[in-house]
Amino acid sequence: MTSYLPERFRKNPLVLTIGVAMIVVALVALPFVLNMAGTAWVRLTNFAILFVLLSLGLNIVVGFAGLLDLGYIAFFAVGAYVYALLASPHLGIHLPFWIILPIGALVACLFGIMLGAPTLKLRGDYLAIVTLGFGEIIRIFMNNLSEPINLTNGPKGIATIDSIKLFGLDFGRTTRIGDYALNGQIKYYFFLLSVLVIVIIINLRLQNSRIGRAWEAIREDELAARSMGINTTKLKLLAFAMGASFGGVAGGVFSSIQGFISPESFTLTESVMILAMVVLGGMGNIWGVVLGALLLSFVPEVLRYTVEPAQHALFGRQIIEADVLRMLLFGFAMVLMMLYRPAGLLPSAVRERELTKDDEGGTA
Amino acid sequence: MDVFLQQLVNGLTLGCVYAVVALGYTMVYGIIQLINFAHGEVVMIGAMVAMSVILGLAGSGVPPLAIVLIAVLAAIPACMAVGYLIERVAYRPLRSAPRLAPLITAIGVSMILQHLALLIWGRNYIPFPQIVKTQTFALSSSETAATITNVQIAIMLLSIAMMAGLIALVYKTRIGIAMRAVSQRPDVAGLMGVSPNYVISFTFVVGAGLGAIAGVMIGSYYGIAHYQMGFLLGLKAFCAAVLGGIGNLGGAVLGGILIGLIEAFGAGYMGDLTNVCTLSKFLPGFAGLCEANSNMAVFGSSYKDVFAFIVLILVLVFRPQGLLGERVSDRA
Repeated sequence: MTSYLPERFRKNPLVLTIGVAMIVVALVALPFVLNMAGTAWVRLTNFAILFVLLSLGLNIVVGFAGLLDLGYIAFFAVGAYVYALLASPHLGIHLPFWIILPIGALVACLFGIMLGAPTLKLRGDYLAIVTLGFGEIIRIFMNNLSEPINLTNGPKGIATIDSIKLFGLDFGRTTRIGDYALNGQIKYYFFLLSVLVIVIIINLRLQNSRIGRAWEAIREDELAARSMGINTTKLKLLAFAMGASFGGVAGGVFSSIQGFISPESFTLTESVMILAMVVLGGMGNIWGVVLGALLLSFVPEVLRYTVEPAQHALFGRQIIEADVLRMLLFGFAMVLMMLYRPAGLLPSAVRERELTKDDEGGTA
Repeated sequence: MDVFLQQLVNGLTLGCVYAVVALGYTMVYGIIQLINFAHGEVVMIGAMVAMSVILGLAGSGVPPLAIVLIAVLAAIPACMAVGYLIERVAYRPLRSAPRLAPLITAIGVSMILQHLALLIWGRNYIPFPQIVKTQTFALSSSETAATITNVQIAIMLLSIAMMAGLIALVYKTRIGIAMRAVSQRPDVAGLMGVSPNYVISFTFVVGAGLGAIAGVMIGSYYGIAHYQMGFLLGLKAFCAAVLGGIGNLGGAVLGGILIGLIEAFGAGYMGDLTNVCTLSKFLPGFAGLCEANSNMAVFGSSYKDVFAFIVLILVLVFRPQGLLGERVSDRA
């Protein structure tokens, strides 16, 4: 683990230990502190972590392998629907979550392969547009697969999805420990945090592995990578499938936290949001992506609580709704980052070199 | 036969609109190998501006046809300005950057335009003012005859005129020669006294102008305008451009019309073709299902938006260069 840390920490183990301990304490204390301000804030944090998970999944595709996926939310949707169908009264099936999550990941992965196989041989732009279309197709199917056999329940969505049950704890209920009440959102927080830690470790290990280096080579120069004996099509497909399965897992967790899903939660807007998070933080940089996802998850909420009252105070009426402002923010974040800081807020060293170099790339 | 003829008319109309939008994609792609994701949004802005002008002038005593003409003449420069700005601000600085960069700005610009439109025109579906009275002509004398409206005729004629005009522009004029030169080798074209920046801007502006007219056409055909209307339209038009062979003007026209026809016939026949009850003649097991509900279509016309993508994926698998295109380089 230590080799992934900045030099000054590596050289000084005491600072490292204290730093890690402080972070751990802060992360453990966080939900209890937030809970004092209201459970809504814990819930918000949980969704932020979910977005971090999604961004890390997309980062494998966009950041590591350099493939633009504009329909990433579709894999999230697949995972969410797999969970909802296998753990709700809708079909009357109630499987435990640790059976469903791998199934969800697998199904999402299969979709990823189905989609990637025909397109990954071609230029990157086609992948972008095909994934964009795929996102729409999945939504159309979710909306319409209620006839003639009611599979997805159409636009009405699936409700009363089972919550996660782990170690005898039902995450949907409040558990009392002594006279302290541990509510469901706090339990989900710790669950998500552990998933996040696992995912981050997988990502860190992946980045410097043989596969990770091959992806990097493909991203930098596909032709050169192929000449070096890398099976580019297979590795691109692997990146795509892996990103998809991360999305599937996140979708399953989303289903159980939310307890209700409908096609409306899986629109292009969400795909673009996740992409914006990856771009803002720095494509290919794991910590950057975490930062980007957290920023773009919380800023809109802050806007919601500040901009709307401010408008009422200043103009006496609402001119810009917070979620319109949010989308404008995402749009501008992507354009401005690409123009002025293409490697993101926390650039990865290699990515920065690549994105600022201008003697390669465009065939213009 | 009447249903067939009706879907043919509808498909051709829709196909003409797709073709005009696809021309915008294909021109830009042909010249700088960039998918201009924001093109669909330009079309939407064209529709919105025209709608505002028509609403503003309706009832002012100006003859209806003149109002429509003024609306189109207002939408064209508005879209051209948007098209120019997009190129100048978001794409030109990134022309020598890796491919991923302009694609990301393109999707960002598309989001920005959509939500600016939302701010100006609101988030509801707006009925597109039908200022010119719709007249319907029957194509045969039977009672269930297929019909064609004056709007459909106008859309088709206008599209054909624009396609012809564009092809004349590219193949017969000086600027057309310059465009083709830049698309082959921008740096060499520069040495020959062509300004690549000017030519590329010009291409965006022409594409946006076509988009504006397409926006007015699609708005008056569906009778509705919405801030997200450009998204699906743009995607389908892109599929059309790829089907025809991206970068190829004739291909865009062919692809557009084919996609329009596929969609219309798909929507018209899909429900019947996948109706479980038609199977019940052969498979007795289904008969019980059909007694309760005689319309047990597995895939109804609500899947019509899916066809374009299926075509896109099939084309990419079996003929990535498209129907009329040259081999696509597979450089990443």
